[in-house]
Amino acid sequence: MLGRTLREVSEALKQGLVTPTELCQRCLSLIKKTKILNAYITVSEEVALKQAEESEKRYKKGHSLGDLDGIPVAVKDNFSTAGIETTCASNMLKGYVPPYNATVVQKLLDQGALLMGKTNLDEFAMGSGSTDGIFGPVKNPWSYSKQYREKRKQKSHGESEDSHWLITGGSSGGSAAAVSAFTCFAALGSDTGGSTRNPAAHCGVVGLKPSYGLVSRHGLIPLVNSMDVPGILTRCVDDAAIVLGILAGHDPKDSTTIQDPVKPFTLPSLTDMSKLCIGIPKEYLTPELSSEVQSLWSKAANLFESEGAKVIEVSLPHTSYSIVCYHVLCTSEVASNMARFDGLEYGHRCDTDVSTEAMYAATRREGFNDVVRGRILSGNFFLLKENYENYFVKAQKVRRLIARDFVNVFNSGVDVLLTPTTLSEAVPHTEFIREDNRTRSAQDDLFTQAVNMAGLPAVSVPMALSSQGLPIGLQFIGRAFCDQQLLTVAKWFEKQVQFPVIQLQELMDDCSSIFENEKLASVSLK
Amino acid sequence: MWTRRVWLGLRASAGGRRGFPSKADPQGSRRVTAELIEHLERLALVDFGSQEAVARLEKAIAFADRLRAVDTDGVEPMESVLEDRCLYLRSDNVVEGNCAEELLQNSHHVVEEYFVAPPEKHMEITPFCLWTPPSKHR
Repeated sequence: MLGRTLREVSEALKQGLVTPTELCQRCLSLIKKTKILNAYITVSEEVALKQAEESEKRYKKGHSLGDLDGIPVAVKDNFSTAGIETTCASNMLKGYVPPYNATVVQKLLDQGALLMGKTNLDEFAMGSGSTDGIFGPVKNPWSYSKQYREKRKQKSHGESEDSHWLITGGSSGGSAAAVSAFTCFAALGSDTGGSTRNPAAHCGVVGLKPSYGLVSRHGLIPLVNSMDVPGILTRCVDDAAIVLGILAGHDPKDSTTIQDPVKPFTLPSLTDMSKLCIGIPKEYLTPELSSEVQSLWSKAANLFESEGAKVIEVSLPHTSYSIVCYHVLCTSEVASNMARFDGLEYGHRCDTDVSTEAMYAATRREGFNDVVRGRILSGNFFLLKENYENYFVKAQKVRRLIARDFVNVFNSGVDVLLTPTTLSEAVPHTEFIREDNRTRSAQDDLFTQAVNMAGLPAVSVPMALSSQGLPIGLQFIGRAFCDQQLLTVAKWFEKQVQFPVIQLQELMDDCSSIFENEKLASVSLK
Repeated sequence: MWTRRVWLGLRASAGGRRGFPSKADPQGSRRVTAELIEHLERLALVDFGSQEAVARLEKAIAFADRLRAVDTDGVEPMESVLEDRCLYLRSDNVVEGNCAEELLQNSHHVVEEYFVAPPEKHMEITPFCLWTPPSKHR
């Protein structure tokens, strides 16, 4: 049951083939079995079971709230959840219990979703590995997959089972791992420079970054106000579309949400490919790109062309500067956003009470890790009076050039861009930590962050396994507010490539109850 | 034909392609002076804590310096991707609030309905008069 799509499970719930409580208990049990992944910071067992009970009552009366009623979901721990600790994986907010729900969380709860817990991340969502939080790193479920382990047995001998575990990517690694390991059907992540798409690609799940302004950021603890977006992680494109349909829409509490009316939508099947134009940005072909990802990218482009779509090479001339531009804008906004953490109203407070300044400084030293402090200091440097024009304003001008590059490409008739999501498949943790966080982020965010600067929608779809048995995803980028069209193309692609299901039998004691198919043979979808 | 051209490109050796700035150390990285360190620490209320942190800042600055190569003459800074839309104003009615107790609960140090902060350093109490005696005027 846990391996099914959202729509299938929703149907099963409506038909009474499974109850929300059963579903909830299975997910909770699986969360315990996959504890080694460290995907969850808080497991809200009592809350989830209570929600399941209420959902069950609704189903018995035939009054289900919709497709998400009774469906286990998880939320990244930088979204405020009323009554449930929200830490951002930082000492600064350890023990902080918000008095309100983020709008997107509230929307999920209003639809009857079951909140399984808060997922792990890089501290304050700064990072591309989900390795730099106070609760420790998240492990990629594929490290324990049959597909990966079989390939490894051929190579190395005598190594301890767990020493070579792989990162999930980040910063929404916990959410990606939670979805990938079947502990929930959908998870919220956040995406500022690729933080949803990067771990999605590494964990073999779908990672959607909606258009900026489509989904409310109220309650998402902000990193970069002009780029942050709540992200959606699911096991298939259709599920992501369902969740987006629920989350999208104007929020009076977030003035950066557009006021255009938004309705939930279903994704049509693409039949006439001849009307579709796919763009391949040539500047994304970089020396650092692994040959396997390159080859899959090329294969995907060929696939579209062979089915009748127009596939053309396009240019995004300022690509080589976008990571630098992102670095300046990101650290500058971070410097501003992190200023709120002073120990007075919420969060960690140091013991010193000598003077306000001393208290602030000590609180922030104790509360933030090196990565966060480093970005705050860099940001403050770029915002200094003597640097403001040359760095911050300059970066804002370059941002316009980058956004314009995309507009020009879309205006020339391209519907959707096709690019890699990551440079390679997930790497072992031991290898990842050889470089510092800033360097890694600069490398890993390469294909993803320009999208945040332009505010466009993008989705990472898993395509195939690498020669090591690890997932590789590709990214589709759409026009602003054309999320539905983007997902339509992504859904078609997903159907073509038939990405394999992760085999996690070794990690779980009894796989039979998780992958049982008997009851579902009779589920008919309307 | 697209596939032939780009396929050849994709299979070409990496040497001819420059889509990404090289990772080699750029020349002329700015030296971060002790004065700057103190200034930044004061503004950010975050300390560097180590020489490594200073080195990291220098690298970050050097990295950011690459923006100089971009020609931005006549280009306006972009603050928001939604700049073409109007920021709406909602009506000036109270719709929520009255949650002082909830909010105070999250603080470590409150007194009645106040958040308590330690005093500013160098705080001096100086007497002041609203009225200046006539002898002080010319």
